[in-house]
Amino acid sequence: MENVEKEPLWTAKNKKLLTNPLGMDNPITVQVLGICSALAVTVKMKPAIVMAISVTVVVALSNLIIALMRKSIPGRIRIIVQLVVIATLVIIVDQFLKAFAFDVSKQLSVFVGLIITNCIIMGRLEAFAMANKPWPSFLDGIGNGAGYGLILIIVSFFREFLGSGSIMGYPVMEKLGLYNFGYEDNGFMILPPMALITVGLMIWFQRSRNKSLIETK
Amino acid sequence: MKDFSNKYIMVFSVVMVVSVAILLSLTAMLLQPSQERNVEVEKKMNILSSINVTSTKADAVQLYDKYIKESYVVNTEGKHIDGVNAFTVSLRAEQKKPLADQYLPVFIAVADKGDTLHILPLEGKGLWGPIWGYVSLEEDMVTIDGVTFDHKGETPGLGAEINTTEFESQFPGKNLYRDGKFVGVKVMKGNADPQSRFEVDGISGGTITSKGLEAMVYNGLLKYEKYLSQNRK
Repeated sequence: MENVEKEPLWTAKNKKLLTNPLGMDNPITVQVLGICSALAVTVKMKPAIVMAISVTVVVALSNLIIALMRKSIPGRIRIIVQLVVIATLVIIVDQFLKAFAFDVSKQLSVFVGLIITNCIIMGRLEAFAMANKPWPSFLDGIGNGAGYGLILIIVSFFREFLGSGSIMGYPVMEKLGLYNFGYEDNGFMILPPMALITVGLMIWFQRSRNKSLIETK
Repeated sequence: MKDFSNKYIMVFSVVMVVSVAILLSLTAMLLQPSQERNVEVEKKMNILSSINVTSTKADAVQLYDKYIKESYVVNTEGKHIDGVNAFTVSLRAEQKKPLADQYLPVFIAVADKGDTLHILPLEGKGLWGPIWGYVSLEEDMVTIDGVTFDHKGETPGLGAEINTTEFESQFPGKNLYRDGKFVGVKVMKGNADPQSRFEVDGISGGTITSKGLEAMVYNGLLKYEKYLSQNRK
């Protein structure tokens, strides 16, 4: 029988669900999931932010829905059920963006659809929502979406700043007049491999700060 | 995890699929009018931006009615075709027809200075999907007055940069003809001569999109060549 005793909404455990994915248990830098979209949408900050929000919405809601249904989902077709839930949510998000945020939806174009294939989402459904109650699952979704978004925004900051000399589309380098001194934007930062290298540097930095993340041999 | 019977699994799947289908069709139906309006307003904004008129979502329809005086469809021979609404012609569908049957829309605008501009739509291929745009020509039918480009799914920050002002602002003043021969506009991989009237700088990291755009301008406008030469003043 299920424990009917009411749990408070904000236990220490629940707070950890929100904060752990930001650092210790980050989906990108620690679990190394969702790398593909981290490469694709981090050239500029604006699409990265919208992508971060969209993924957070999708992972939180799909976690919630799967957690609500978790007792009635047959184990043999659970992956299909998870995919259907994710795909439905992504299509709805896409339709809403097209109707109410047309410009943003044009900017993100195919990458909204590709949220379906983001392995963070299925990873969370399979690892967390299938075995936990709705509220913790929802928090876990928000936390992981935010952890993913945080990395996306940091990477896109460096790529846009060093690659295009701007922040959020504002031409910082030009306003500072650095071009007059012979400064040039680093075209390398625009290319996809530099996103991997930036993520790699972040993993290096994080591990040097937090020895517990280093695997023992 | 509990073990479920096959019958349960079948019923579960059917119920799930049907309810998801209903949910998605409802969403699509409810949101369709505002999505279609977005597309129409965007098309009008694009056409306006090719004659260097900046519009917002709110005033695009009004400004469109103010500047665009006339629109019609011609064929590759430059002859007018009656009874076709130029605004609703889809170039993507037209390109599948034989060349002689294709509808080629022309929009006529009168600029603030009083000169007549011809706006011609374009459609081509980028790296990931379709790219399109509008070119407006000055009265001589040779010099570009303005352009606007857009794309379905080019990479943000790379190929997607074709719709930025920095890229589009290179086009006004370029010549489509060199020594009387139609040449289009060359999109160079860096180091385009800014003085040249025939070339522009491509997008770094977006070479395939840039080349696709060059081909789109050339092939798209080539179809209008007879129309252009007949109307040259």
